[in-house]
Amino acid sequence: MTFINYASREINCKIVYYGPGLCGKTTNIQWIYEQANPDKKGKLVSLATETDRTLFFDFLPLDMGTVKGFKVRFHLYTVPGQVFYDASRKLILRGCDGIIFVADSQKARMEANIESIANLATNLKENGFDVRNIPYVLQLNKRDMPSAVPVAEMERLLRFRNEPMIEAVASQGTGVIETLKAAARQILMELQKN
Amino acid sequence: MAKLDLIMFEEEYKLLHEIIGRLQKDASAKVVFLVDKNGQQIAAAGDVKSIDATSLASLTAGNVAATDGLAKLIGEKEFSLLFHEGERDNLHISIVGKRGILVVIFDQNSSLALVRLRVKKASKELQEIFDQVEQRAQKESDSGNRFESPFSEITDEDIDRLFGD
Repeated sequence: MTFINYASREINCKIVYYGPGLCGKTTNIQWIYEQANPDKKGKLVSLATETDRTLFFDFLPLDMGTVKGFKVRFHLYTVPGQVFYDASRKLILRGCDGIIFVADSQKARMEANIESIANLATNLKENGFDVRNIPYVLQLNKRDMPSAVPVAEMERLLRFRNEPMIEAVASQGTGVIETLKAAARQILMELQKN
Repeated sequence: MAKLDLIMFEEEYKLLHEIIGRLQKDASAKVVFLVDKNGQQIAAAGDVKSIDATSLASLTAGNVAATDGLAKLIGEKEFSLLFHEGERDNLHISIVGKRGILVVIFDQNSSLALVRLRVKKASKELQEIFDQVEQRAQKESDSGNRFESPFSEITDEDIDRLFGD
């Protein structure tokens, strides 16, 4: 649910990074935070456990500049990936405008990726969205891992609606901005349709 | 309902501002924020500069969402009020209608009783404006003829420019 404020000429969009535990959702947001121009980024809020696992969410507000005289602001959220935090994941999807699914390329995590997409579909539905038509990007993260599954194989397993698919190594920043851009493009194009 | 965007026009925004400005004074509060349930700040009044408003909005919405979840677990519809007491400052959080959250920050210059009283009155007024916004959005969505959006001519170049390409 985009918030368009005609009085202050601002558009606020909420993008949620989804994916299985340890796939690199927080790493994506941290990289964006480190690279972003200090005047354009807000504070990075992380509600994490003592061992740096996301407990509730990470949050980063980003000022992107203006489109058609409106200030565009993205609110980036991550969900906690671990299976038992499902109730929290559901809450964070509330009112989202787009999803970035971060898939872990390691062979041993393929089942977790598939399960997480199924879980995303269920949780979106409970929030009144349809995974088949919400703005959506698939990021294949950790492409540098020795056990990385070939792209074609991951595409067959995880890509289900011809969504943009981007290869990434989030820890080095590869593919991070491209992913965000692909999501932003779909969200803003959605505004155009409306 | 999840699909309807929240679109706020100048006159509605001005009214919301007036109400929370009055609430801040009447309740002798330091700051009052009006936040959307999805974590976006709608309006603020008082000593706003002393607080990171964006983080406050997002964390408040998270807090309310988590509390909502807890309410449902024990069979309640929602907990409409949250109160956090600090050594100096206190935080009074209440739900306004279906999509608003009112956050009042106050210290010893005010009291919980006064804040509650003033919030109750302001909530009613805010609720009316939210209802208007919602009805308009619903009407436009039902009739299929929505107002002319400034984004109807958005181009790929506009999006590239946002990313500095």
